[in-house]
Amino acid sequence: MKIAVASGKGGTGKTTVAVNLCLFLVDAGLQVTYADCDVEEPDGHLFLKPEIVTRRRTGIPVPHVDPEACNLCGECGSLCRYSAIVVLKDRVMTFPELCHGCGGCAYICPARAIAEVDRPIGSIDRGNAGKLGFISGCLDIGQAMSPPLIKEVLKETPDDGVTIVDAPPGTSCPAMTAVGDCDYLLLVTEPTPFGRHDLELMLKAVCSLPMPKGVVMNRVNGPDAATEELCDKYGVPVLARIPEDRLVAEAYSKGLTAWEAVSGYRTVFADLWSGIQKDAGRCGE
Amino acid sequence: MKEIVVISGKGGTGKTSITGAFAGLAKKCVLADCDVDAADLHLLLQPQVRERYEFSGGGRAEIKAEKCLKCGLCRQLCRFDAVRRPADGSSFLTVNSLACEGCGLCAHICPAGAIEFKPVVDGEWYVSDTRMGSMVHACLYPGEGNSGKLVTLVRSRAREIATGNGSDYLLIDGSPGLGCPVIASVAGSDLAVIVTEPTVSGEHDLLRIAGLTKHFRVPTVICINRSDINSAASDRIAAVAEAQGVKVIGRVRYDKAVTEAQIAGKTVNEYTDGPVAGDILAAWQRIINLTEGKE
Repeated sequence: MKIAVASGKGGTGKTTVAVNLCLFLVDAGLQVTYADCDVEEPDGHLFLKPEIVTRRRTGIPVPHVDPEACNLCGECGSLCRYSAIVVLKDRVMTFPELCHGCGGCAYICPARAIAEVDRPIGSIDRGNAGKLGFISGCLDIGQAMSPPLIKEVLKETPDDGVTIVDAPPGTSCPAMTAVGDCDYLLLVTEPTPFGRHDLELMLKAVCSLPMPKGVVMNRVNGPDAATEELCDKYGVPVLARIPEDRLVAEAYSKGLTAWEAVSGYRTVFADLWSGIQKDAGRCGE
Repeated sequence: MKEIVVISGKGGTGKTSITGAFAGLAKKCVLADCDVDAADLHLLLQPQVRERYEFSGGGRAEIKAEKCLKCGLCRQLCRFDAVRRPADGSSFLTVNSLACEGCGLCAHICPAGAIEFKPVVDGEWYVSDTRMGSMVHACLYPGEGNSGKLVTLVRSRAREIATGNGSDYLLIDGSPGLGCPVIASVAGSDLAVIVTEPTVSGEHDLLRIAGLTKHFRVPTVICINRSDINSAASDRIAAVAEAQGVKVIGRVRYDKAVTEAQIAGKTVNEYTDGPVAGDILAAWQRIINLTEGKE
């Protein structure tokens, strides 16, 4: 089972929820993997402190033109919608950083003058934090496109056991890539106008996705009718309300997990897990 | 006219609250909300929309079932796994529009000419009036891509307005992370203000985003938000930053007034004249001095 943890707004507590849910599930005896798909700013390792066993570089295929074979017919240039390959009078220029790696130019070239070479965009770490499996993608600084790296991270997640996917913030392609194929989607929000506004954007973005969804309200200070009503409107249950707690914030600032710092957190995540199981079961019927 | 972009790397550090407060302090400014997939600045500034435009970042493929020969070539060649068998068990292939990258290869190679490639509207953008000055902002339709292109559009229109009306500043509210929308909002600006927080993740992400601004040769300063929740970490961030030649131009204390201002739909400095407003004013003063070459 793959559970993605996402949020429209940044800083609502995705990583906190993902990491603590992992620790709870490991403690409950399950086989669990944490997959950090927030590849622009991966932070899970700061809290889980895993031992990294392997690191591999990953990239996207970009065109390499053989000037001897190329007859300057221009077909590649007219196909490419990203202006990543441009045919001039006397040569072909490529702009690898604009290339999305569709492979179209190499496939259609009548002269078979285009080969594909790998352009590295980031790396993927694998390891363990105690019994917890750990996978994390990290985009190279200066690289614009994170979805290909996110897909590579997801490919490395195991098919058995539970995988918790820590998704990037926002509602556009990186977030959608990370959550698109999960079995359950947890949306984390906070009780502020920005938090609610971005939660609604996220609810709109994911409403067409088939998997069941639930909301975690983080840093709650008493009842928040506006957020509850919003979740009702979209038919998404609120599975947990995590109270605001200075101890948790202080622990977080030092790289400790709420799990380690505050004893009451076991119950919060036990309730969240049974909520997910119940909800996933209900939707599967 | 100076272009100042407020970014953070890590989300939720207070970019938008601080950008909004700066906007109220700047005398003549134009605003650009470049956090196009989770834009929030309008919640503080309540813009009156003056002009509205549709944004199309590219096209999407669509398979016409009546012409399809079911050869499967499109599915075989699509690198984005966007050509799928529908869940209803039908033998016709369909294109998943969320997965479709808009490369157009399938439409080009389809032997039956059964795939149409049409431009799609990915969002909207607006030119508006606010009590702080003109504002250019956008709304990427939820789940759509091409945010970098939309950021570039918003930013260049805002720059035109700022140049045209003799503004002193163009203030840009950036998005979290360091991928395509961030690169599009940062590259070529006069000053990047990184809003960070004294946590292990704030510190970690700060180093990455500072690496990005260095890569694009954009002068960079740091503002530590909620600096007093972990003073030791704030001092450590300041030491690391100064060692790399990046100045800390302000420390803004934690204050519930920041959230209260958000609930009231006001900027922090409109809502309160307490110490937190003083911290933000002091940071803004340093920014003015830096951009005017007085420091």
